[in-house]
Amino acid sequence: MATAPVRPADLEADAPRAAGRTGARRFSFSEYAGFIPAVVLYGLFFAVPLAIVVAYSFWEVVDYNVVHNWTLDNYRYFFSVPTYVTTLWATLWVSVLATGLTIAIAFPFAYWLVRYVPRKLQRVLLVLVILPFWTSYLLRVMSWKVILGYNGVLNSGLMGLGIIDEPSTALLYNSTAVIITLTHAWAAFAILPIFVSLEKVDRTLVEAATDLGDGPLRSFLRVTLPLSAPGVISAALIVMIPTVGDYVTPKLVGGKDGVMIANAIQAQFGKASNWPLGAALSVTTMIIVSLMAGATVLVFRALQRLAR
Amino acid sequence: MTAIRRFLPGWLSSYAVLYLVFLYLPVIFLPIFSINTAATPKFPLSGVTLHWYEDLPRTPALIDATWNSLIVGVSASTLSTVLGILAARSITRYRYPGRRAINGLIMAPLVLPEVIVAISMLLVMLQLGLSLSLFTVVLGHVLVCIPYSMTVLTSGFEGFDRSLEEASADLGESAFGTFRRVTLPMVAPAIISSLLVCFTISLDEFIIAFFLTGTEATLPIYIWGQLRFAAKLPGVLALGTLLLFASFVLMTIAEILRRRAARRTQNEGGLYA
Repeated sequence: MATAPVRPADLEADAPRAAGRTGARRFSFSEYAGFIPAVVLYGLFFAVPLAIVVAYSFWEVVDYNVVHNWTLDNYRYFFSVPTYVTTLWATLWVSVLATGLTIAIAFPFAYWLVRYVPRKLQRVLLVLVILPFWTSYLLRVMSWKVILGYNGVLNSGLMGLGIIDEPSTALLYNSTAVIITLTHAWAAFAILPIFVSLEKVDRTLVEAATDLGDGPLRSFLRVTLPLSAPGVISAALIVMIPTVGDYVTPKLVGGKDGVMIANAIQAQFGKASNWPLGAALSVTTMIIVSLMAGATVLVFRALQRLAR
Repeated sequence: MTAIRRFLPGWLSSYAVLYLVFLYLPVIFLPIFSINTAATPKFPLSGVTLHWYEDLPRTPALIDATWNSLIVGVSASTLSTVLGILAARSITRYRYPGRRAINGLIMAPLVLPEVIVAISMLLVMLQLGLSLSLFTVVLGHVLVCIPYSMTVLTSGFEGFDRSLEEASADLGESAFGTFRRVTLPMVAPAIISSLLVCFTISLDEFIIAFFLTGTEATLPIYIWGQLRFAAKLPGVLALGTLLLFASFVLMTIAEILRRRAARRTQNEGGLYA
């Protein structure tokens, strides 16, 4: 999400740098100084805490007390209990499906925005797309509960239209509800990167493909789609990483079947109060998220090469 | 093939409209059911009432939560904007080794599951012997706000014409005077925009507040507690509508200001594409 620092500033920065080299290296401290408060804060409350979580995951619990004995037991226990393993797999499955669905339905919209909408209107529509996502995540998930619930909007609407006779319980409290909610919750985060990469696709390349006899479908598959891969990859990463660790959505609309790994982690730090096990769950989740992120990049790169 | 060429724009446009409806669907239902007389949200509405809104100021727990949220929001947005200004100024102005690594560290909380960020902060705070309070929530919110604040501020600071500052110094203004009379007015819109963005994030943030607060609830935590009771739903919907409205207004102002800031320094880009 970080925007790359700007070139003009870089060029200008050479001046004080050169001066610093001839003079008494006056630049070094004052230039770093601006970062120091933020870095101290991030070190103390972000980097160190992560290290502590990792340490915790290798510690033992004896009589409800955490003992600083190094052990792999937490991981062994975690992988020996079927519930945890199934929850982990279910989480990954839900997150992959939600990510795929989010991208699949966002892509045509982004494509339409780039190809068929005048520039001025593009900006307005982008703001319009992003606006709902600046509202509370909790509230948006809650509205899905209102929409999908037993007495909810969808059920009463479908009954009003005479499509169903009695309210369906199949809509809420399962992983489908979680996937729908996640697909909605992360839509904007998929549209933006895809839009940006589609905008960069050189139209003359598409025209060249058409001139050389490719139909619209083939030129799309062989030119536009591969060239928009970077946007799709970043969309996949931006959506997948937070959905793996989502707590609110499974808790509110997931019911028993929709439990995800973040709920299990929270339970260990809350009610069950087995911090080392919770830490082991967290570390495993982080490792798997990183592996999935890596795999996503590799898969899309391979697909991109294949399409050419 | 010609069929695709002929009908595609039409199909895509109708798809785009449907998609926008999908995006706004949940946001629209909150206000609609908040004025419904029945407690269960279903169609058709049984009647229109402002009753649920009138009840809101009569709930002491809600008033407390609102104050807590305001305290946390104002402190977190001020702190993260001050730290963001220092960091953004440093990153846009100088070039030194490790700059990107440091920037990466600051952006890192965005690419980790929030629950993990929250529990790791919880662990360190308990290790440090800090008791959980609104203060720990503020710390947590500062951490998740700085990446956004930095993004807004760097886009405001980039392309900033340094010769103006040099001119001011040459004309005899002190370093602080230059900052106050030249730098600050130029970047003021970016700063206000950062304050608003951070305030909105803090106001809406749930997970970190959920883990790091002691007994004091912020608004999202209050809402979370109310969700267990079906009878309380309309009140929550009314409160949600007000929050929704607040977020919309704040973010719109922030976006207008950010654009003005970007125009002032001849630069586009930032949070919103």
